[in-house]
Amino acid sequence: MNVSLAAGLGLKPEHFDDALAARAPGLWFEVHPENYMVEGGPRLAWLEAIRRHHPLSLHGVSLSLAGEAPPDVPQLRRLAALVHRFEPALVSEHLAWSRLDGLYLPDLLPCPRSDAMLRRTAGHVDAVQQALGRRIAIENPSHYLRLPGHDWDEVDFLRELTRRSGCGLLLDINNVHVSARNLGFDAAGYLDRFPAEAVMEIHLAGHSADPLHGERLLIDSHDAPVAPQVWALYTRFVERAGPRPTLIERDGHLPAFDTLMAERARALEAGAAASARSLA
Amino acid sequence: MNTAARGFERDFVAALFAGTAPAGLAGQPGFAVYRNTVHKSCIDTLEANFPAVVRLVGRDWFRAAAARHVRAHPPRDPCLLRYGEGFDDTLARLAPGDLPYLPGVAALDRLWSAAHIAADAPVLPPDALSGRPPRTLPALCLCPHPAARWRWFEGLPIHSIWSANRSGDAVALAALAALDARAWAGEGTLLVRPGAQVRWQPLDAAGCALLDACARGDALGDAAAAVLHAHAGVDLAALLARLLRAGAFTSLHRSPLP
Repeated sequence: MNVSLAAGLGLKPEHFDDALAARAPGLWFEVHPENYMVEGGPRLAWLEAIRRHHPLSLHGVSLSLAGEAPPDVPQLRRLAALVHRFEPALVSEHLAWSRLDGLYLPDLLPCPRSDAMLRRTAGHVDAVQQALGRRIAIENPSHYLRLPGHDWDEVDFLRELTRRSGCGLLLDINNVHVSARNLGFDAAGYLDRFPAEAVMEIHLAGHSADPLHGERLLIDSHDAPVAPQVWALYTRFVERAGPRPTLIERDGHLPAFDTLMAERARALEAGAAASARSLA
Repeated sequence: MNTAARGFERDFVAALFAGTAPAGLAGQPGFAVYRNTVHKSCIDTLEANFPAVVRLVGRDWFRAAAARHVRAHPPRDPCLLRYGEGFDDTLARLAPGDLPYLPGVAALDRLWSAAHIAADAPVLPPDALSGRPPRTLPALCLCPHPAARWRWFEGLPIHSIWSANRSGDAVALAALAALDARAWAGEGTLLVRPGAQVRWQPLDAAGCALLDACARGDALGDAAAAVLHAHAGVDLAALLARLLRAGAFTSLHRSPLP
C-alpha cells in the first residue's frame, strides 16, 4: 500500500483553511475536477496551495464512460490539463453515464450491463487512460432501479472491465450497502467476490432513507456520518484485502473539519487493526 | 452506433424531464431518485450562481423560476460554475411587472461568476501612461484585463440594486429601499479581479463605451473619438485614469496600424 495515501477527505471550499493547515501522516484530499475546469482565479489558486502540502485525487463525475457516446474530447482535454498541472496521486471515474446529445445531467445514471455496454465502456476507459497517460480507477455506483437487460453481474462486469482495459477500481462501500438494500442482494457476498487486487481506492460515506419510502429506499446522500453497517463492511473488506487508500466523502450537512478528521482516523484504525489481525 | 443503448438513454432523459418513468421502469420508486437528484442539483447550482436574485425574490419564488429554467435549458457544460446562460431571459418572461430590474440583476450575477473564473493576468499599473508624450497616446491600444467585465443598463439603476443585494450590506439595502422609482436612471457596472476577490464599482455609459472600444482592439485615438461622438463633453483623461486605477487593463501596445 502507498503509505502517503493512508486516508483522505473530500475537499469542500468551506474547509479550505483547515485543510491547508492540517498536518497528518497520509492525509490527502479529493476533488471533482469539473469544479476546477476554469481558466483561472481563486479556485485554482486554492487547489495549488493544497497541492503544495498534500497529495490530491481527481474524482470525475462527467466523463459518462458507460454512455453510448465516446468521452467528450474537449472535456477530456480539460481533465488532461488538470492532471498535468496537479499531478494527482489518483484519478477516478464512475461506471455511469451523464451526457446525451450535448446535455449534461448532473447525476450518475444507470444502464444495463450488457455485452455491448462492456465493450463500449472498456473502449471509453481505454481512451481516457490513453489521453491521460495513466491508469484510472472506476467506481461502482449506487443503484435505485432494477433494470432489464443485464448480461453481467456487477462484480463480474467490473473484473472483466479491469481485464480488458487495465483500469483499477474504486470500491465505494456505502454504494454497495445502499444498492444491496435497494435491490435486495447480499452486500457481504458482493464484497467477498470483489476483485481486491484491482482496488486502488475505497470510498466511505453516509446515506439517508428516502423521505417518501423510508428505509426501503436508501439514498447515497453523503449528508451523514458513515453508518455502522458500512463500517462493518469496510472492516470485513480490509481484513481480506488489506488496507487501501480510503476517503471519507461528505457533501451535505457539513460538520466541522475536525469531525471529518475523526472519521478519517477511524478508517485508519480499522485498516491498521485489520492488518494486525491478518498478520497474526 | 449502438441504437439500443441510445434508445435507452433518450427514453431515460425524456423521463427525467417528464412526469412519468421510462417504459419498463414504471412502478419503481427509484426512478424518482434520479429525477430529484438531477433537478435539485441544477436548481441548487442556479441558487448558488445568482445570489442577488435570490435575495430580491426570496428562495421559494427563485427555486420555482429556476425549475422552469432547468426544464427548458438543462446544463451543457459539466463545470456548473458556468450554468445559467439565458437565465436573465427566463426571468424576463417570469418576473412580475414591478420587477423590471430582475434580468439585469441576473446578468450582473453572471458577470460576477465570469470574472471569478476568468484567466489570471497581470494588472496594468495605474501610472502606465504617465510620462509618455501625449502625441503617442492615440496610437496605443489598452487591453482589458481577462477578468474585467462591464455592462451599461439603460433607464434602470441596476448597479445599485445588484450591488446592495449581492453584498447584503444593510446601509446599501436601506438606501435602495428609500430610492423613488420615479427617479430611476440608467447605471452601469465594472467588475474586476485584481487579486483573488472580484470587486465592482459603478461605471457610466461613456466608461462602458470606452471599454467596449478597447475590447474591440481600437487604439486610444479611435476609442476616444467613438466615446466623444456618443457622449459629448466627457472628461476622457479622468475616465481613463479611473479605469487604470480600477485595474481594468492588463497590457498596452502600439497599434499595428498607422
